[in-house]
Amino acid sequence: MQLQLDPMKLIFGRLSLEAIPYHEPILVGTFIMVALGGMAVLGAMTYFRLWGPFWRNWITSIDHKKIGIMYVVLGLVMLLRGFADALMMRAQQAMSFGDSHGFLPPHHYDQVFTAHGVIMIFFVAMPLVTGLMNYVIPLQIGARDVAFPFLNNFSFWMTAFGGGLVMVSLFVGEFARTGWLAYPPLSGILASPDVGVDYYIWSLQIAGVGTLLSGVNLLVTIIKMRAPGMKMMRMPVFTWTALCTNVLIVAAFPVLTAVLAMLSLDRTFGTNFFTNDLGGNAMMYVNLIWIWGHPEVYILVLPAFGVFSEIVSTFCSKRLFGYTSMVYATIVITILSYLVWLHHFFTMGSGASVNSFFGITTMIISIPTGAKIFNWLFTMYRGRIRFELPMLWTMGFMITFVIGGMTGVLLAVPPADFVLHNSLFLIAHFHNVIIGGVLFGMFAGINYWFPKAFGYKLDDFWGKCCFWFWTIGFYFAFMPLYVLGLMGVTRRLSHFDDPSLQIWFQIAAFGAVLVALGIASFIIQLVVSFLRREQLKDVTGDPWGARTLEWSTSSPPPDYNFAFTPLVHDNDTWADMKAHGYQRPTEGFVDIHMPKNTGAGFIIAACAAVCGFGLIWQMWLVVIVAFVALLVSTIVHTFNYNRDYYISSDDVVRTEGERTRLLAAHV
Amino acid sequence: MATPLARRGLLILPALLLAGCNTVVMKPSGDIASQQGHLIFVSTMLMLLIIVPVIVLTFWFAWRYRENQPDTSVPYDPEWDHSTMLELVIWGAPLLIIIALGLLTWITTHTLDPYRPLERIDARHPVTAEMKPLNVEVVALDWKWLFIYPDQGVATVNELVAPVNTPIRFKITASTVMNSFYIPALAGQIYAMPSMETALSAVINKEGDYEGFSANYSGAGFSDMRFTFHGVNQASFDQWVQSTKAGGGALTRPVYQDLADPSIKVPVRRFATVDADLYHAILNRCVAAGSPCMDQTMVTDVNVKPGRSNEHE
Repeated sequence: MQLQLDPMKLIFGRLSLEAIPYHEPILVGTFIMVALGGMAVLGAMTYFRLWGPFWRNWITSIDHKKIGIMYVVLGLVMLLRGFADALMMRAQQAMSFGDSHGFLPPHHYDQVFTAHGVIMIFFVAMPLVTGLMNYVIPLQIGARDVAFPFLNNFSFWMTAFGGGLVMVSLFVGEFARTGWLAYPPLSGILASPDVGVDYYIWSLQIAGVGTLLSGVNLLVTIIKMRAPGMKMMRMPVFTWTALCTNVLIVAAFPVLTAVLAMLSLDRTFGTNFFTNDLGGNAMMYVNLIWIWGHPEVYILVLPAFGVFSEIVSTFCSKRLFGYTSMVYATIVITILSYLVWLHHFFTMGSGASVNSFFGITTMIISIPTGAKIFNWLFTMYRGRIRFELPMLWTMGFMITFVIGGMTGVLLAVPPADFVLHNSLFLIAHFHNVIIGGVLFGMFAGINYWFPKAFGYKLDDFWGKCCFWFWTIGFYFAFMPLYVLGLMGVTRRLSHFDDPSLQIWFQIAAFGAVLVALGIASFIIQLVVSFLRREQLKDVTGDPWGARTLEWSTSSPPPDYNFAFTPLVHDNDTWADMKAHGYQRPTEGFVDIHMPKNTGAGFIIAACAAVCGFGLIWQMWLVVIVAFVALLVSTIVHTFNYNRDYYISSDDVVRTEGERTRLLAAHV
Repeated sequence: MATPLARRGLLILPALLLAGCNTVVMKPSGDIASQQGHLIFVSTMLMLLIIVPVIVLTFWFAWRYRENQPDTSVPYDPEWDHSTMLELVIWGAPLLIIIALGLLTWITTHTLDPYRPLERIDARHPVTAEMKPLNVEVVALDWKWLFIYPDQGVATVNELVAPVNTPIRFKITASTVMNSFYIPALAGQIYAMPSMETALSAVINKEGDYEGFSANYSGAGFSDMRFTFHGVNQASFDQWVQSTKAGGGALTRPVYQDLADPSIKVPVRRFATVDADLYHAILNRCVAAGSPCMDQTMVTDVNVKPGRSNEHE
């Protein structure tokens, strides 16, 4: 093989000006909006001299509270992109009948549905879940930070840059046209020779490393850093569900990394893991990707279950019913989630015994899940229920999620799945459980913990608008899809010939518009709450009369979380402390040992992102340089011994003194 | 309060359940599909035994135990968090339903296994020894469907014809990417995969024209990868075979290779003759002249003695 040392090829690889889609009006319009919005933001940051504070207090922060907030912000921003994709899909499917072909040709539409799935799972749901866990867990277990604060920062930036790569694919090149799991042979080099699948692979590899490290971090934190007296069976249920979630992350994400690596070897170096010829087998990819994929959806939903447990007991002013059974149910769900993956491809022809086994294990999972629902129900029983926003979202979840769960158990019967697989019935099912379970859980959690994080509650009126638009919009958008599935309509179609289907798609599009109003209400809620923050202020640190340890701190908590590590006597620790007349210590403070901020996480992740971009476009010089820079920055970071500092006892005295004064004035 | 409004809103659900009743999945024209539709109905009813009480209880508790409940006799029991009896019911009732559903699953997954030869034409007529099944070989191409009738010696593109009340035996493969062979009125779907063969047993009980398509996204032409399945009486079927044979056109290897090139919205084509070993060549990826057939390669690999290098053609 001749070695070609064309410098242009070495630097630019497959990248050329043709990669920029000037001839696509939708993309050009999007770019103009993004550019204008981006310039406005950058301009404001320069004008208000925010770059310094932004770097010092946020980008380089290793504080779990700041990192948690950044994860949630990332998730919410990507929600806007993922939802824009959803609106485009609903519009296309409502219009494209008979002679009309809508406004999205298949080349574009197929990227939209792929990007919608990838963004919603990896860059909306995962960051929101990780963000909540990051913010809340150390506070709930009485710790000052996670076990590995630098790693936490690095994990965040890997996830953020992974999302960045997906966003770049809008304007440079294109995205995959394979569906969110990119099955080969369609995602192989023969059927998808363009860069789209490479964007998919590398953005997920980078984000996947971030998630895996975050899983290790939180697992160690929960096992090793609980306050004295907080035995495992005294942990809050949210911490239990987070523990199980992180076990799932640590066991499942390496599979994703391996299978995407094999796909990229097939595409770049002509190996034959998943090809049709020379010994490859695409079914292996399907198995491996779902061995990851099923635990992934439990990674998303278990923290949401944890959120609901906290909220139900708080807003019913009552102990959670059946704590022990909740814990065991969570553990059983965690173990069983590894035994069900084949239910995603009953139709791939495994034979009756294999299909039955996986169908039955899938149904068994509904037993502990049902036990959890009943436990929440019996927490409400003989409680005193306050319908604040978090509780409203929980009510929405309890109705919506059980319907989705029911259709899931239905799909778990293989012969039923043979007629419903890949249909709009399936789409309706998983949106039912992900929106009803995960998304409602995230909104509940955001409304619940926002006062803790920012010192003021979220506005009630706009929150209710958000809730009702989302809930009613969800039903209008997805109930028609159940009907369409029963009418034999399959997924991922961009054109239809049967006019009798159109009305259902139009109803679904109306639902999507309602959800858009819900998202708009949420943004307005954020703005209005900020403007009204004095009226909505949380002075005591416990605005809801809650039961777990994070509510014993001020809102927002000081950098060090707890001046003294608390001693734990019972679960529902804060409720127990309140019941026994707990008095905050007001003297005897000592210096507190804290980790220092560092830019290394951001820099290493940025090198990884540049390396990923180079790999996508086969810009080998860029790849080598970026990879070397990544290694060098990592090694340099290991020699940084200047990692910590002490918050002086005087500062602690001052901070705690301010809180004492605030609490006294409020009474 | 929210609850009365939400209660009214919940009335959409039964309305939707009814809308789902008169659909091709719930009222199909093939026996396998109708058994599957019936299974959906039975499973849903079993699960509603749990779901309806849960939804009702959720609304009822939310209403009864609300904070501004004027009826002061309604108890508030903040420390009550355990009841062994209740836990037994909470774990036990779903367990019983799942046992029932599990048994149903085991049995029906075996009886409705696509690979299993057909045992009944419909609920009242079993398959008898005299019934000759119709064999159809299906190839999913980019982006159309090729049907080869090995016993009749003809082939079609995007048109499938079968006599009613006759067992049909499909053997399915694909040329490039994963597809899914699905005719909702007839039977469940099964993936069509390159270099692999799946099978489906089915029977159509009513004459008519039915929709068939791919149920697994396979690229740019996916939305138009549709065909019509005609269920006809035996006489019409024989007549169709005759007219196809008379119509000319030979599906040889070069013609197939041409056909296999990517194309969208392909009109119906018929072939009067088919190369005898064409399907075998498609399945084993040796249509191109001189390429090794996969089954040959696999046999050769198995027979290699240790210490010697592989001998390929």
